Amino acid sequence: MRVHAKRAGALLGGLLFPAWSMADWTLNMAPGVTGTSNEIFSLHMTILWICVVIGIVVFGVMFWSIFAHRKSQGHKPANFHENTVVEVLWTIIPFVILVVMAIPATATLVDMYDTAESDVDIKVTGYQWRWKYDYLEEDFGYFSNMATSKDEIYNRQDKSENYLLDVDNPLVIPVGKKVRLLVTANDVIHSWWVPAFGVKKDAIPGFINETWTRVDEPGIYRGQCTELCGKDHGFMPVVVKAVPEDEYNEWVAEQREAAERERELTEKDWTLEELMERGEQAYASACAACHQADGSGAPPAFPALRGSQIVLEDMDAHLDIVVNGVAGTAMQAFGGQLSEVDLAAVITYERNAWGNNTGEMVTPKEVFEYKNQE
Amino acid sequence: MSAVADTHAQDHHHHGPAKGFSRWLLTTNHKDIGTMYLIFSFTMFLLGGTMAMVIRAELFQPGLQMVEPEFFNQMTTMHGLIMVFGAVMPAFVGLANWMLPLMIGAPDMALPRMNNWSFWLLPCAFLILVSTLFMSGGAPNFGWTFYAPLSTTYGPPSTTFFIFAVHIMGISSIMGAINVIATILNLRAPGMTLMKMPLFVWTWLITAFLLIAVMPVLAGVVTMMLMDINFGTSFFDASGGGDPVLFQHVFWFFGHPEVYIMILPAFGAVSHIIPAFSRKPLFGYASMVYAVGAIALLSFVVWAHHMFTVGIPIAGQLFFMYATMLIAVPTGVKVFNWVATMFRGALSFEAPMLFAVAFVILFTIGGFSGLMLAIAPADFQYHDTYFVVAHFHYVLVPGAIFGIFASAYFWLPKWTGHMYDETLAKTHFWLSFIGMNLAFFPMHFLGLAGMPRRIPDYALQFADFNMVSSIGAFMFGATQLLFLLIVVKCVKGGEKAAAKPWDGAEGLEWTLPSPPPYHSFTTPPEVK
Ligand code: HEM
Ligand SMILES: [Cu+2]
Repeated sequence: MRVHAKRAGALLGGLLFPAWSMADWTLNMAPGVTGTSNEIFSLHMTILWICVVIGIVVFGVMFWSIFAHRKSQGHKPANFHENTVVEVLWTIIPFVILVVMAIPATATLVDMYDTAESDVDIKVTGYQWRWKYDYLEEDFGYFSNMATSKDEIYNRQDKSENYLLDVDNPLVIPVGKKVRLLVTANDVIHSWWVPAFGVKKDAIPGFINETWTRVDEPGIYRGQCTELCGKDHGFMPVVVKAVPEDEYNEWVAEQREAAERERELTEKDWTLEELMERGEQAYASACAACHQADGSGAPPAFPALRGSQIVLEDMDAHLDIVVNGVAGTAMQAFGGQLSEVDLAAVITYERNAWGNNTGEMVTPKEVFEYKNQE
Repeated sequence: MSAVADTHAQDHHHHGPAKGFSRWLLTTNHKDIGTMYLIFSFTMFLLGGTMAMVIRAELFQPGLQMVEPEFFNQMTTMHGLIMVFGAVMPAFVGLANWMLPLMIGAPDMALPRMNNWSFWLLPCAFLILVSTLFMSGGAPNFGWTFYAPLSTTYGPPSTTFFIFAVHIMGISSIMGAINVIATILNLRAPGMTLMKMPLFVWTWLITAFLLIAVMPVLAGVVTMMLMDINFGTSFFDASGGGDPVLFQHVFWFFGHPEVYIMILPAFGAVSHIIPAFSRKPLFGYASMVYAVGAIALLSFVVWAHHMFTVGIPIAGQLFFMYATMLIAVPTGVKVFNWVATMFRGALSFEAPMLFAVAFVILFTIGGFSGLMLAIAPADFQYHDTYFVVAHFHYVLVPGAIFGIFASAYFWLPKWTGHMYDETLAKTHFWLSFIGMNLAFFPMHFLGLAGMPRRIPDYALQFADFNMVSSIGAFMFGATQLLFLLIVVKCVKGGEKAAAKPWDGAEGLEWTLPSPPPYHSFTTPPEVK
């Protein structure tokens, strides 16, 4: 089969072999790296074997009839029907099997729901189409975007090993610690899944779901969003880096410092060029998915920014839309998502990129004041 | 009853159909309406199938080749909606229209004018639904489950049209169900007590009650959406104090019984076909009836098995896990019954039997994966992956669809008066069987390896099985044109069919000539 499929691939798909060398024929679930995922794996295998055994018995009888009881072989039909003993047996036996199965399943479920006594608490927020991780005890947080380029997706470039499963900033957790995840969403429903942990939880706006994991082996674990969340649902991977505790503590210290520096940047005096430079990056990660890299948008759902009246003229309306969003549309309130610096940079960028040469800028301080006057 | 037949005769002044287009537009005849339902259903099957081909073409290889993610989502959504509401449900209503009066010894359905209306609403509803593809902002793109707030706050402008279409389909289904119930309860031949009714009649009676119970719930949930989108309410909008999870509870309260609506009539049909070609009575008639009843009742208390990951409290989680596992018991009873019926029969394998046997085997595989999905902790891994896609395609394609093909081949000689081409029909079966397994079996592996559903592009480790699956899907899709050919050939001519073309078949429908007279049973037969 492998050879055939590959040949078909070569024939029909042209020269995509780099992609093929990476593929594999995994048949089963992997046991994963946490207690939960191992328990789930053993439940999965138990129920699978139960099904296989029942299948062999039922299909065995059926195939026996198909081969031995054919009219073409002159088999004469029996005329039996209704037999209370048989009918009671084939109701009771499956029932007993199910009860036996339900016991370990219940135990695992109780364990999965026990989120008490965690060592680290992290808030996971789903956005269209990226994740945000906030370290609740540590006062910092960041977005995690897919790092696969459009060139790879549109087949202009070879696909890398972790195609679609790579992010700019992975979630970092310490090994051997109980990490509690508080899962929620900002816009639509998403679902945060890392198969190797046996953790999947829906991220629902207005709700905070709890789940937990304890990873014993350091490593990089990959998953994806598993609830349809719009256009780029297939492009919001989850990557978790589990590191030894020392390394984790060091990393946390660095992040805290960086967050501090970021807050200081708000106070700094920015030039138009500096804001434009920063704005281009912020635009690419926060806005381009809908409004496109060249500001052309995808009307009517996502209006063009190039030549837009709000962008060219009305600064207050521009601030309002970016900070507060537009209720009832896909335009989110970015006020809580982006720092003052990034908000100022993005707005400045939009007012001066793609021929929108207004020459106007707004500084992080002004954004800060705008947000606080409300 | 004979009064109905009399006024009918006066309307038409003769016992044949009217001529030309008005025969179809104004008809109140159960056979004509049944035929229209079946043709409509097959048209939708091809349309929804074409969309599936687009999906599988895009998924043939990693990377985006054919369509943009936005359009891909419209395709998955429309494929699901069209197959569920346009192909499977109308096909069963078509079979009900044709067969119920023939099976219970009635001249027609009890409410013929309503019958006409409930059919003609359907093309209107689907015209609206399909037209959304051409609207600005595109067709619905939020999956056939249309979870809020993706479908409300974030939906395309065409969502309101989608809601309207769902309302019309719902009205059509409810009227169809009322008609089925009225017919079965009032027009049975003298002597046909409830426990003497053919199983297809039984399963349809129960299905009709399910429809009446849950279609209004579907109407309710889309109306709440309509209010949220157009009239400023916040049923499902958290920022207005609403609850997105409420949507899922209401949707699945409709949705789970809905999946049984799509399978129970097939259970019934298969319970006729297997005894006919085993030349041996159904093993346990009464237990089959009770099993269908049990499945139908349980189907109201398992809905949250679609929501194991939304964070319902553990007590709820456990309840829905146990209840769902319990459904496997009556489902098992049905499978054991079919196998016991075949056991020590005198089997022959004409096309209806081939489809029916494949139905039992493959539906059981779908039942097994259903049982696995019912184990809530394991569902945390399976949920929203291709494993679920494999599960429901195993219960719906070789389940519902093969059940429909089996019925079509079984009753085509009765409907047309001609035998169909057996060689072509067997070819249709084997190509469908191979294509379908090639398309859907690898999806189990993909899901277990971690591929989420509803994605237009995937990581490289999923490439091989996706290609196999696409090849199988193309094969299955292309094969269905053969069915069209077989039916057209059979309608046009062929060997004359006897009143009872299958030596092992039982039931009143075989006492009438093939094809049966325009007003089926004008004098009720006696059932002993
Ligand atoms: C033994 C009987 C069955 C059991 C225990 C069962 C169980 C389940 C469970 C637990 C799910 C949810 C999986 C998930 O989303 O994680 C599911 C999904 C589904 N099942 Fe079944 N099922 C059974 C039979 C059927 C039948 C007979 C049908 C239809 C003819 C059906 C159609 C579906 C569909 C359409 C879905 C997916 C809906 C969606 O999310 O789009 N199932 N089933
Ligand atoms: Cu269900």
